[in-house]
Order: sequence, then structure tokens, then C-alpha cells
Amino acid sequence: MRKGSEEIMLMKGNEAIAHAAIRCGCDGYFGYPITPQSEVMETLMELEPWNTTGMVVLQAESEVASINMVYGAAGCGKKVMTSSSSPGVSLMQEGISYMAGAELPGVIVNVMRGGPGLGTIQPSQADYFQAVKGGGHGDYKMPTLAPASVQEMADLTVLAFDLAFKYLTPTMLLADGIIGQMMEKVVLPPYQPRLTEDEIRAKYPWATLGKPHGKKPNHITSLELLSEDMENLNKRLQARYRTLEKEEVRFEEIACEDADYVFVAFGISARVCQKAVEIARSEGIKAGLLRPITLYPFPVEKIKELSNRVKGFTVIELSAGQMVEDVRLAVNGKVPVEFYGRMGGVVPSPNEAFNALKEKLIQ
Amino acid sequence: MNNMNITDIVNPANLVYKKNSVLNDLPMHYCPGCSHGVVHKLLGDIIEELNIQEQTIGVAPVGCAVFAYKYLDIDWQQAAHGRAPALATAIKRLLPDRYVFTYQGDGDLAAIGTAETLHACNRGENIVIIYINNGIYGMTGGQMAPTTLLGMKSTTSPKGRMYERDGNPLDMPKLLAELDGVCYVTRQAVHTVGAVKKCRRAIKKAFEYSALNKGTSIVEVVSTCNSGWKMTPDFANRWMVENMFSKYPLGDIKDTIQA
Amino acid sequence: MAKLIGSIKVDIQKCKGCDLCVIACPLDVIALSKDANSKGYNFAHMINPDACNGCSACAEVCPEASITVYRVRV
Repeated sequence: MRKGSEEIMLMKGNEAIAHAAIRCGCDGYFGYPITPQSEVMETLMELEPWNTTGMVVLQAESEVASINMVYGAAGCGKKVMTSSSSPGVSLMQEGISYMAGAELPGVIVNVMRGGPGLGTIQPSQADYFQAVKGGGHGDYKMPTLAPASVQEMADLTVLAFDLAFKYLTPTMLLADGIIGQMMEKVVLPPYQPRLTEDEIRAKYPWATLGKPHGKKPNHITSLELLSEDMENLNKRLQARYRTLEKEEVRFEEIACEDADYVFVAFGISARVCQKAVEIARSEGIKAGLLRPITLYPFPVEKIKELSNRVKGFTVIELSAGQMVEDVRLAVNGKVPVEFYGRMGGVVPSPNEAFNALKEKLIQ
Repeated sequence: MNNMNITDIVNPANLVYKKNSVLNDLPMHYCPGCSHGVVHKLLGDIIEELNIQEQTIGVAPVGCAVFAYKYLDIDWQQAAHGRAPALATAIKRLLPDRYVFTYQGDGDLAAIGTAETLHACNRGENIVIIYINNGIYGMTGGQMAPTTLLGMKSTTSPKGRMYERDGNPLDMPKLLAELDGVCYVTRQAVHTVGAVKKCRRAIKKAFEYSALNKGTSIVEVVSTCNSGWKMTPDFANRWMVENMFSKYPLGDIKDTIQA
Repeated sequence: MAKLIGSIKVDIQKCKGCDLCVIACPLDVIALSKDANSKGYNFAHMINPDACNGCSACAEVCPEASITVYRVRV
């Protein structure tokens, strides 16, 4: 819990990302407008951090340019980010794959909207596969954080940068249109100074800041023509992913201790399920909620453990069913795993979620 | 005076031309006679002359020059195809006192990277763009480029580029010169001693301009791809003079600083 | 009147025998060797060293930066 003396503010989730980025010492933001996340760049432009922390904010000509600006700045060891929504994030996939291959840290925010295609500007969670399975080409994984409140929009922005630099990987904040647009109270993270160039050189000796005299030049590249060299790069990445999977799993459990049935949901769906747990409990059904905060790495061990003591899982998503596949893999047939989802921007009510659990698992 | 032998002459005191120290000793992967080698050498010359090896960051493209970073001993980033100006934008914005240049081919700059190039120039990013135009996709085996001349054969225009089907060759520097963000556009070549010397001066000017914060500098080098064109290096040079220069005439297109 | 005497040194392992220096040389000093380097290229060498005046034309156009030029004024 945060200290009571800290200032509590009221703002949108998208705005909280902008504030948190400035406060955690972000060096640059590059983005392109798209609903429902345009407030991220609008807030940054309003706050003018170039006058305070020196952070660069630039509106790019496209999402393709945005992610490649992130690549360029990240290659200099800078703490940089972009934000977009589903169609724009599709455009960024090439750049994300290049960042993964070049082992570059950076934060990509996806405030998801309904697809496929131009889809709708209403909220969705249908980019789960794209985020956690590697939306671009090649074997890579991307740490993916799923905020479920405005507070987490701020907190997980900070964490996303920490993971990105710890594991030298693009890292995604995977939110949905509701978390982006809704207003809640938030305590913003404390200010951290931006790294100086000397600090960057010391912490990230690979950064291309200009070759110091007498040192070998640095190269940021994802290219290895020799198969063996390319396989070695892949092995290095995979080893890093195994560490991530061991060290960085994060989730929240609500009323799972005595639960017979457990909802698994992230983001806004978890907020819906939190209420559905209350409804179920009021009807004498011992329901609980497991809310993955990291979608990659996924809380596999936690779900395995729960599957030894519960009667079944209900996965609720704003999609045709994506995370449910990872839940089923973790449960591995021990107990039933049912799914209920709405698509195209429709958000299920707590009663719908509760009814899904009751009808599919209990009756 | 005729009693001097070669060992008397080959002496450090008599040195008049040697490879610059920025270009390293790694043999380049380019085909014999390829213009890339000369342009790499000129970049090294200028980086050495301006003493900016520690302040220069290059952005390599996708194309034959994808490995440019192996040959010039400066910090480099290798960009996705066409995206070099986006990388350079961010690098220069975050490190404004550095010299940042992109090295792009015609497929990279004039086809897939048109948007990134045009917008970096329109914003007047204080970067140098080195643009190698040889009218062909060399690395992938000689396909038609946006700059391929009408009637010029390539593996994807085996009977020659047709206006009706493929449009006219695209002159990007001419287009980019129209933008207020661009301070210097020049078209050079490296097929003769005179051309090499002019091109070196142009690259030097572009680097010097980029430090003035007056906008983007573009040096196009009309080049040969003798293996892609299926010619000897010498014949390719002559073919370039006879055919490329009428569409891509050499000389300064824009210079707002000297003007 | 002073006379310029020059000479070149070719890094024969880097030379790819592209012939551009041969063509650039105004005094026909250079030709491609019948011998090949370790990569199989017929490298450039001086066949008429006495004619060289160290003008550096060959080195300027060399794509491999494999020519070093020396010059003495006598």
C-alpha cells in the first residue's frame, strides 16, 4: 500500500501512463494518434516534459516510424516508449521483432480495440495472441503486462521499463479501451532522474552513443548470416525467456483460498469477474478470481496448483477465447476449463460472467 | 634523378594517399568494382578529416550495404528495410550534438522507406542521408527498383521497365529538395577521379551542414551495380554516364546555406 | 623544372581485380596480374613503374581502398 501522505489524483488510464513515463525518467516518446489511446501523447504534449526532465516527445508519421524511432533511441541506451491501439500495433510488429532480435529494451503500450481490420474503437482483448505468442516474425517472446486499473496503468508502465532493461527486450503494456479511458484515483510514482550519458555508458556498454577513443565500435543489429551464429543468438534469447518465466510471473488472487471455481481474467474482464465472484459468493457458490498481471510470462505454476484443488475454471475475455488456451495448457485436462467472451467491443456484465460459470461449470 | 628506386619512393615521408583509419582492414563483401566501396571510403575520409569518429553514429539499411557497419569503425545501428531515417531521427533528437547519418539504397529510400525519408526531411532532422542510386535491387538479385530507367532490364522487368505498367523512374532528391526542412541536396557519382573528389567534398559539406541545425542534407550517389547490370565495372561506368546521367544529372540541386 | 616520381603499393589480398585503377591511370602504369590472390582475383600491379607520377587517380577510384600512393619531387 502507498503512504497516505502521497497526493491522490483523478485521471484517465491513458493519462496515467504519460505521467508515470515522465516520472520514471523516460527519455523519449514517439507515437501516432489512434483511438482509444491518443490521450497518452496528448497528455505528454500538454505536460511539456522537455522543459522539465528533458524528455523528447515526437509525433511520428506512422506507427511504423514510431516503433523504429523507439528502436533507434533504444539502441542508444535510452529509455523510450510508444503507444498505440490494435491496428497500429499490427503495423509495429516488424519493428518489435527487430527489437527482440537486436536485444533492445523499450515499452510498447497497446490500448486494445475490437478487430479484426479497422474494427471498432470500443474495448477489446483480442490482441492477446499477438502480444504473448510473438506477433512479429521469428522466435521471440515479449514480456506483456496487463493493467486492470488506472493505478496499474501508472505502476506497470514503470515495471515495463524495468523489465525491458533487465531482460533487454521490447515489453508490452497490454491494456484495453476501458482501462485507457476510465477515470480513477491514482497515486503517481515518485520522480526518478533520467540517466546521464555517463550512466548509460556504464550500465549499457552496448549503446551506440559514439565510439569512445580506443574502444571497439558498437553495432545494434539483428542480422547474423551464419546459421550457427543466428542459432546462438536465439539460444541467448530463449535462455533469457526461461529466466523471465522463472522470475517475473505476477498475478493477483481474489478469494481463491477456499474456492471451488475460479475465474481467470485480465484487465477489464478481471474487474467484471471481481464483481461476479461477489455475486457467486452471495448465492453460496465458492468462486475466486485469478488475475494474471503478467500475460507473458503466464502464471502456469499457479494455475497448475489451483487445478489440484478446484473443480473448474471459467475464463472470461473480450475476445473469442485466446488466453483460455494458455489456461487449458496449464490445467492439462485435470478439471474443466470453460470460456465465455464477448467480441467487437461488447463488455460482459458481472451477471453474464457469473451465469457463464454457473451454466457451463456447475449445472 | 633517375637513380631513385621504388624502395626510396615507398617511404612514409613520401606518402600522398593512404586508406583512412576509420575504414578498417576487413575485406568488403561487395562485388569487384562496386560503388559502395568508394562511398564507404569517402565517408571514412570525411569522418577522419573532421575528427568526428567518436561523435558519429551511422544507420545501415537493408540491401547490399546492410553490412556497412562492419567496415567503418564508428557506432552503427542496422535498420529494418526503409526505416533508417526514423532511427536517425530518434538518435539525433536524443543526442543532438552527435553526427548522425543514414546510408540507404534506392529500394530502401525511394520505395519501402519513402514515408520515413520524406517525413524526416520534412521535419528538417539535422541528419545526413547518403543515398546510393544504382537503379536496381542488387542484394536480392537484380529486381526492378523505383529508380530503374525506362526500358532497363531487370529480373522483374525482363523486357525492360514500361511506363504504362511501372510508371517513370522516381527522382526522390528532386522531390525532397522541395521541402523547407531540407538544406542541401546534391547528386554525385564516383566513376572518375574528378567525380570521387567532388563527391568527397559534397559528403564533407553535408556533415558540416548537419552540425549547423539547418535541416537535412542529402547526398545522392548515382552508382553502378555491375553484377546486377551484368556488365564489367568499366562498362557499367560508361553505361551509367550514357544512360543514368540524363535522368539523374549530377550537381547540386539545393544549397540554402551557401546560397 | 621539378619532376614528380611516384609509386603505388597494392594490398594484393584486398584487391578484387575490378580493373578500375587500370582505366583511371592516365600513364598506363597499372595492369592486372596474370597471378591471382588467395581469393582468386587477378590483382593490380605496376607494369610500368617508371611512368608513375603519384597522381593517386588509381587510389581515388579503388573501391577496396587497397592502393597506397607515394610521391617524390625531384
